[in-house]
Amino acid sequence: MTAQTPVAPADRELIEHIEERALFARLETVRLISIAKTGHYASGFSCAEILATLYYGVMRLRRGEPDWPDRDRFLFGKGHAAATLYPLLADWGFFDAAELDEYTRLGNAFGDHPDMTRIPGIDFSSGSLGHALSAGTGMAMGGRLQGRPYTTFVLLGDGELHEGQVWEAALGAAHHRLGRLVAIVDRNDHSLDGRIDGVTGIEPLLEKWRAFGWQTHEVDGHDVSALLPLLRSLAEDTGRDRPAVVVANTVKGKGISYMESEFGWHLGWLAERDEANALAELRGAR
Amino acid sequence: MSVAPGLQPESWHLLSLLEQAPGLQALGDTLADLADEGHPVVVGTADLKYSNGLVRFQERHPDKYLQFGISEQHMVSTAAGLATTGLRPYVATFASFMALLACEQIRTDVAYTRQPVRLIGHHAGITLGFYGTSHHATEDLAVTRSIAGLTVVAPADTAALAAVLRASVDLPGPVYFRIGRGRDPDVYPAGTTLEIGKAVEHGTGSDLTLIATGSMVHPALGAAAALTADGYDVGVLDMHTVKPLDEEAVLRAARRSRLLMTVEEHNVLGGLGGAVAEVISEHGIPVRLHRHGIRDEYSLIGPPTHLYGHYRLNAAGVEAEAREALRTASRWTPGVDRV
Repeated sequence: MTAQTPVAPADRELIEHIEERALFARLETVRLISIAKTGHYASGFSCAEILATLYYGVMRLRRGEPDWPDRDRFLFGKGHAAATLYPLLADWGFFDAAELDEYTRLGNAFGDHPDMTRIPGIDFSSGSLGHALSAGTGMAMGGRLQGRPYTTFVLLGDGELHEGQVWEAALGAAHHRLGRLVAIVDRNDHSLDGRIDGVTGIEPLLEKWRAFGWQTHEVDGHDVSALLPLLRSLAEDTGRDRPAVVVANTVKGKGISYMESEFGWHLGWLAERDEANALAELRGAR
Repeated sequence: MSVAPGLQPESWHLLSLLEQAPGLQALGDTLADLADEGHPVVVGTADLKYSNGLVRFQERHPDKYLQFGISEQHMVSTAAGLATTGLRPYVATFASFMALLACEQIRTDVAYTRQPVRLIGHHAGITLGFYGTSHHATEDLAVTRSIAGLTVVAPADTAALAAVLRASVDLPGPVYFRIGRGRDPDVYPAGTTLEIGKAVEHGTGSDLTLIATGSMVHPALGAAAALTADGYDVGVLDMHTVKPLDEEAVLRAARRSRLLMTVEEHNVLGGLGGAVAEVISEHGIPVRLHRHGIRDEYSLIGPPTHLYGHYRLNAAGVEAEAREALRTASRWTPGVDRV
């Protein structure tokens, strides 16, 4: 099923806002990596629109209340892209944005991977690929057992799908009919060593999830006007009796011409002039 | 009652297993009691509910029972997610799969996140006898003990299991429970209470203190009785909490006895013996320590009771091991340089 819901005129403004916040996330990613002098530009850039759509158009959150029990949950399976998420959480008032100025410095809460014990707004720690869908399964079960109506979103990398535990969770969540669980696969076609289909192929992806009992959707992961109505409809469909997965087709490194689909930029750092040019390119793309 | 028409009453199948395992009945029953009492207990198993007794929990609380199938890593991570929502998940599988297969999930998802997950590793040690090394767990104490923030408990019998489940119910962090196959002979009467982190001292011993954990407490007490009858002054420490270790109890024994002997159904490296060695070394107490257990090897296969005999892990074996250690230790003069 592909999202074809027409966008209401009232949503036009919201879509523009989300696109602006996705740009903000990318710009902040560049700034934070500049502090750390190493980081995952390309992994964050491929999911910037997904994160911004969830945080500004879909998830039920309360400003400044990261522990609100009925909030929607977000788990970042590909936690190495956390630098793209932190700025959004600061924007929600979960912590002081100035704390990010010490990103990755000795003793700081904000590292390459998110730490729920130290960062308000992080619903679960991640870093070891393949765990998040299980932890999200637990949150969805916990919500159902306690009559809380929240939705649990889990963003997975496509390379992360190599981990066997993902498929244990895929079986389990479907078996337990967790309709409030939504997985999103950031299909940027790359893992660290190169193209996924050259490392270990995962296609046909939608058919795999469907065979595991999930409702499947495919979307352009950079098109907010498509992401917004699809993710909203999944969050609002409280009657669903099975989990849903959205395979979001993305471009790794999206936004910086020379990073797009060049797998080397999975990890890297830009020297001062290159960074300035990258920021200009990102701003110009708006 | 026969398990199928026309079969002899002695014939049995899977569903009969629990009848022989009061310790595992107690696991399911105690957790169900805790749920009755209003604790936010949910219970999960990985396709072993008849082996670990959790079917008895399911019968009483089907709405709080979660079947994970043969997906131990998924079960442990899911338990962490459940715990974040305010529930108190107890998840169980064979100790080998809990502590070794799901080790990284325990470290990263449960302990590092400080979630109040209860991990139950049953059939620990060599209790699965001729199932072989894949099903033995003689490394789990060493593995779990080195995970920061994880409490490690090994109760000696049915009553002790119920006691530690109750004593730990409100602990804010995660706990690993190491239990056997539920057939350990009774050490304690029903209704016994235990305190997490506080060893049970069974007598004092100027000649020897046996420091035992889990399944080895009963044979240690038997060995102590035999040695006492023979004129030795022998005490036993039931070190049901391996972490945090009751260092005061170890130090008291170390100051009192000329020999300490740890007894564990585990590799002598890294488990209780290692923990005790660390304490007496760091306090500079000149007492000899003999670590008794599986000596850094893979156990033979065989019926469990035969293996206990072979590895000197029954009462007679612990006694024989202790006699040899006492003979060796006698070369050292007690009372000199005591702290």
